[in-house]
Amino acid sequence: MAEVVLAGVGKVYPDGTRAVTDLNLHIGDGEFLVLVGPSGCGKTTALRMVAGLEDISEGEIRIGDRVVNRVPARDRDVAMVFQSYALYPHLSVRENIGFGLSLRKVPKDEIRRKVEDVAERLGLADHLDRKPRNLSGGQRQRVAMGRAIVREPQAFLMDEPLSNLDAKLRVQMRAEIARIQRDLGVTTIYVTHDQTEAMTLGDRVAVMKKGVLQQVAPPQELYDRPANLFVAGFIGSPAMNMLIGRLTGEGDALRVEFRGGQSLRVEPETLTARPALRSYLDRPVVVGIRPEDMEDAELAPGPEDARLTCTADLVEAMGSDVLVHFSVDADLVVTDDTRELARDVGADDPQPAAQGGAPMVARFSPRTRVKVGDPVIAQVDTARMHFFDPETGASIWDSAQPSPRKESE
Amino acid sequence: MTVTTKAESGSGLAAGAPRRSVASRIVGRLGNGFVQALLALIALIWLVPTIGLFVASLRSASDSANSGWWTVLTAPAQLTLANYGNLLGNDAIARSFVNTFLITVPSTLLVVVIAALAAYAFAWIDFPGRDWLFLGVVALLVVPIQVGLIPLIQLFGDIGLFGTIPGIVLFHTAYGLPFAIFLLRNYFAGIPRDLLEAARMDGGTEWTIFRRVIFPLGGPAIASLAIFQFLWVWNDLLIALIFGDEDSYPLTVAIQQQTRQFGANIDIISSGAFLSMLVPLIVFFAFQRYFVQGVLAGSVK
Repeated sequence: MAEVVLAGVGKVYPDGTRAVTDLNLHIGDGEFLVLVGPSGCGKTTALRMVAGLEDISEGEIRIGDRVVNRVPARDRDVAMVFQSYALYPHLSVRENIGFGLSLRKVPKDEIRRKVEDVAERLGLADHLDRKPRNLSGGQRQRVAMGRAIVREPQAFLMDEPLSNLDAKLRVQMRAEIARIQRDLGVTTIYVTHDQTEAMTLGDRVAVMKKGVLQQVAPPQELYDRPANLFVAGFIGSPAMNMLIGRLTGEGDALRVEFRGGQSLRVEPETLTARPALRSYLDRPVVVGIRPEDMEDAELAPGPEDARLTCTADLVEAMGSDVLVHFSVDADLVVTDDTRELARDVGADDPQPAAQGGAPMVARFSPRTRVKVGDPVIAQVDTARMHFFDPETGASIWDSAQPSPRKESE
Repeated sequence: MTVTTKAESGSGLAAGAPRRSVASRIVGRLGNGFVQALLALIALIWLVPTIGLFVASLRSASDSANSGWWTVLTAPAQLTLANYGNLLGNDAIARSFVNTFLITVPSTLLVVVIAALAAYAFAWIDFPGRDWLFLGVVALLVVPIQVGLIPLIQLFGDIGLFGTIPGIVLFHTAYGLPFAIFLLRNYFAGIPRDLLEAARMDGGTEWTIFRRVIFPLGGPAIASLAIFQFLWVWNDLLIALIFGDEDSYPLTVAIQQQTRQFGANIDIISSGAFLSMLVPLIVFFAFQRYFVQGVLAGSVK
């Protein structure tokens, strides 16, 4: 086992397309790092460069204390789990798992013992002599895992290993991967576009956009202190609501006013935590409100100046909570970050709500009696509001805050 | 009707009448007993000439000259194995039979092995000029055999290969390769990239990947190629006639010479022809299980 270090790594294809730019990551020994981002963000390319399946155009990759830029994939001593599993169809489960060992000329009885150990651990012991085509999706996934585990490599690389499974199985395998990785303590880099997998699996999560690293942090920090609009919008489901407002007021009694005249108070503690926010006084600022930071005002009454009044466009009862869609008359946030987020869900640009204004989603308690078309008063937990610069999309903290694009260790 | 516009097929779906292609409807009806009986009948009709040849090879030359082979149905006593005895006793035929193997087996093996290696490189190894080189190979597909005859007669004469079995083998190998490379390269290119990358991660060199992943997965294509190449060389007359001599002629040439020397030498021709047909059939049935598709099922997804 070893640490994996990417230093200033970049990838430019022969046709000039740039897939990854100046990627710096330090994955500690035994750490589980998740690379997450929308499709085409360069996360898979980054992983394939670590694997040795892709040339490294710029920078340096180290596995352990060895620079591997010129080392072919077979000599890097890392194992990869592919999205498609890539099982050898002409070999049995036993031969599939043992393939890497047999190529390394490990003695036959040792291969046999190791393969059976791994199969036992993965619950494949009864299927060792079957061919991959006779296995279920979950079993194939396990064989792919087994093939990686049996080699006891320096690091596991996983490229969306769960995306071909159905939802239930995915949750189960997710837990299994987490358990196996913890048991073995092998350094792991895991690529996914699913932020739930990222949040639940990663010791740390690296969010990428268009080949550029946006933020690396433990999952909770990513959620609580997103570095910019992109990370804020990408992490969390449903996504954070974003509105353009104007910061007005005096002293510690500040508020943000939206285009249609509604406003929300800014808590003094927010100003303490984000001193740079004051410099935005009388200027536009992006306000981010997570759906779970809003509640039906009838159920949880709070201050008058922490409410948004509107009409419910759509009510989705999820059982454990109720998602209420509405719109607030405010300017949409259109920056590079939000455009990229919109593209991820299939739109070209951030789309306004059907009635105009900014679309919002609130996660209410299931006791709410809101129906479609009803007037809604959403009580906002204003202390948990996020603020971003409308030009750069960067989160507003202290002006002395180090650049959010740098890795936080 | 296999070509339908989008709108048509859309309305077809809306009307609850799922469209099926002609091929799938034919396949669907294969379960039908009547169609199966019809197919059996057609197969039987196709078999009649083969049976005729077989029976003719078991009749004496005079019987064959006087009456048709179907007369055995009423007089089975005329059947004899003497023709095969004569055939094996005929030095020219016996030697040519051996020659045919000496020509066909190396020509097939060489083509399959060289083409498989070349096809792997063309499909999966990135080297400069790869695509141009492959285009060159494809261009060679259209070069007719006949244009190679005169230059190669001279060349083989100069280097002492004219009239020898290696010369014939080399000619067959050279002309077999372009198509073989083309066929295998396209098949290998269809093998999922992930499989090769997985093998690479597992520690495979190009050679082990070729031997342990590509070659077994290419089984169906390689088997088809081997059968076609074998049949082509086995049945060849032109090249053997031109590049061979008395000592290196294969069975096809020997049979042809039976007609020239003795007129209608039916007993030798029929038994020789049947023997010459039997070997490719055996080869075909030996390899045909590799034709069974679905080898790739279950590798990805």
